[in-house]
Amino acid sequence: MSEWWTYALSDFLLFSPRTYYRLFALHNAALWPAHLLALALGLAGVWMLVRPASWHGRALAAGLAAHWLWVAWTFLLVRYATINWGAGYIAAGFVAEAVLLLVLGALGNRIPPATGPGWTGQGGTDMGWPRALGIGLVLFALLLQPLAGPLAGRALAEAELFGMAPDPTVTATLGVLVAAKRIRWEMLAIPLLWCAISGATLWAMEAPDAVLMPAVGVLSLSAALARSFGGRRGTAAG
Amino acid sequence: MDRFMSLDRRALLAGLAATGVAAGAAALAPRALARTEPGTVLARAIPSSGELVPAVGLGTWITFNVGEDAEARDACVEVVQAFFEGGGRMIDSSPMYGSSQAVIGHALGRLGAAAPFSADKVWISSGSRGPAQIEESRRLWGVSRFDLLQVHNLLSWEEHLETLFAMKAEGRLRYVGITTSEGRRHAEFERIMRAQPLDFVQVTYNPVDREVEERILPLARERGMGVIVNRPFQQGALLRRIGRRPLPPWAAEIGCQSWAQLSLKFILGHETVTCAIPATTSVAHVRENLAAARGALPDAVMRRRIADLFGTL
Ligand SMILES: NC(=O)c1ccc[n+]([C@@H]2O[C@H](COP(=O)([O-])OP(=O)(O)OC[C@H]3O[C@@H](n4cnc5c(N)ncnc54)[C@H](OP(=O)(O)O)[C@@H]3O)[C@@H](O)[C@H]2O)c1
Repeated sequence: MSEWWTYALSDFLLFSPRTYYRLFALHNAALWPAHLLALALGLAGVWMLVRPASWHGRALAAGLAAHWLWVAWTFLLVRYATINWGAGYIAAGFVAEAVLLLVLGALGNRIPPATGPGWTGQGGTDMGWPRALGIGLVLFALLLQPLAGPLAGRALAEAELFGMAPDPTVTATLGVLVAAKRIRWEMLAIPLLWCAISGATLWAMEAPDAVLMPAVGVLSLSAALARSFGGRRGTAAG
Repeated sequence: MDRFMSLDRRALLAGLAATGVAAGAAALAPRALARTEPGTVLARAIPSSGELVPAVGLGTWITFNVGEDAEARDACVEVVQAFFEGGGRMIDSSPMYGSSQAVIGHALGRLGAAAPFSADKVWISSGSRGPAQIEESRRLWGVSRFDLLQVHNLLSWEEHLETLFAMKAEGRLRYVGITTSEGRRHAEFERIMRAQPLDFVQVTYNPVDREVEERILPLARERGMGVIVNRPFQQGALLRRIGRRPLPPWAAEIGCQSWAQLSLKFILGHETVTCAIPATTSVAHVRENLAAARGALPDAVMRRRIADLFGTL
């Protein structure tokens, strides 16, 4: 693009905040009560992280893949693409992440949850704060992140819920990935990219909670770096 | 020619008929204008044809990109209805504006008899894919042909202008133009204006962004091109900055009751301007904006006063 320096982030915003957030209201109304099923599955996922078993990594990856596909189809393609011609590319990214989760995570068993005495009381390897952060992120995505919109002054009907809306789905995925025994960068890339995209969109809309997803991204990235390069304590294989 | 005249509904219809859009003009009468209050709306002649267009149009960037949201679409229909009822005609859009074209099409379909001055754009880097994009835009609007097609932000302008001039020659398009905004690529814009037989140019102009006064507006006048003004309120930022500040008492001398009207009257006070195209989601605002195309316009002294005032805010 020529004279790119004359453009502000808001010049790329195609829609008003009102239109964007009404997408979630319409989406929620159309899918309710599927949110409850997603929440139940999400809480089961927390349990799998807290009390790891040999099959939990596969189940978590398969469950997350299903949610990424669901969000790609029901939100990004059916809703978001009606106001943003770039949404198709984003949906393709979500499908790619789902494929990675299925192939590497569910079939390849590459993200088995780490164990931690502080959490299970059953011994195992202490993975330190990154694991705790990961589990915390999943709980945050399920229970607190949906309140971010209402706390920022938006309608409760427009709340973004895990498994239905991209942001909490991505947060929960990052949580599972940083709480895994090994950091798998190939599966972290797309969720981290989404944190930047979501942050930029909300920033352009001057939303008070614009920093939320970038903060989730930075925390996850720090945890992943600490785990990858932080020595034995951070990289132990259980 | 006097490019600066007032127009009532009958004159509008006569003007339309005279320019070969009689079918559209006849169609305009029954519903869209039936409930119009009496009064006159300023209209300007398109230099290349003499056809009159009401001097306040309707932009659709962001405001009409509401997707499939039924409630928001209904609100857009109301805006378009109020726009036609208030005597407006030119609606501007682009394939860049998400669902805006489809929402315009929805509104035109709902209003049935409404005949806009349809101003759309071609915006695609591949020249060879221009015609397909234009056809898709036409389908979304639901019009038989566009009145005006503009090359959006000069993107691949050489190839697209070739397509547009060919369409015009074949009678599939009435007018050809180019657009830019916020002062971008003005040097190249001028070069194209000098070299190409354009009917319209579209640029940003308001009491604060006045760069076009120096070269582009005089050049448009010299070359006999109509001028469409985008971002009359800097996408609303101009008015948000002013907030609830009271209008100066002298605004009443030219019939202004709001800052939006003061900005529009400043713009229309430049006689080279054919049409300003503010965007809005609000029926009250569309009426307010159209009202700026009625009554007195500021003279040079008053225009300077308006620009000075906006400059200090
Ligand atoms: N390169 C290009 O080709 C190009 C570039 C920019 C724009 N454009 C065209 O030009 C059109 C106009 O530009 P724009 O949409 O960027 O900005 P604009 O018309 O300067 O401003 C639109 C904003 O002003 C507000 N507004 C409108 N009338 C008002 C009133 N009477 N009182 C208070 N607020 C009012 C609207 O909010 P409400 O909804 O609350 O009324 C809206 O947010 C675009 O829609 C587009 O069609 C073309």
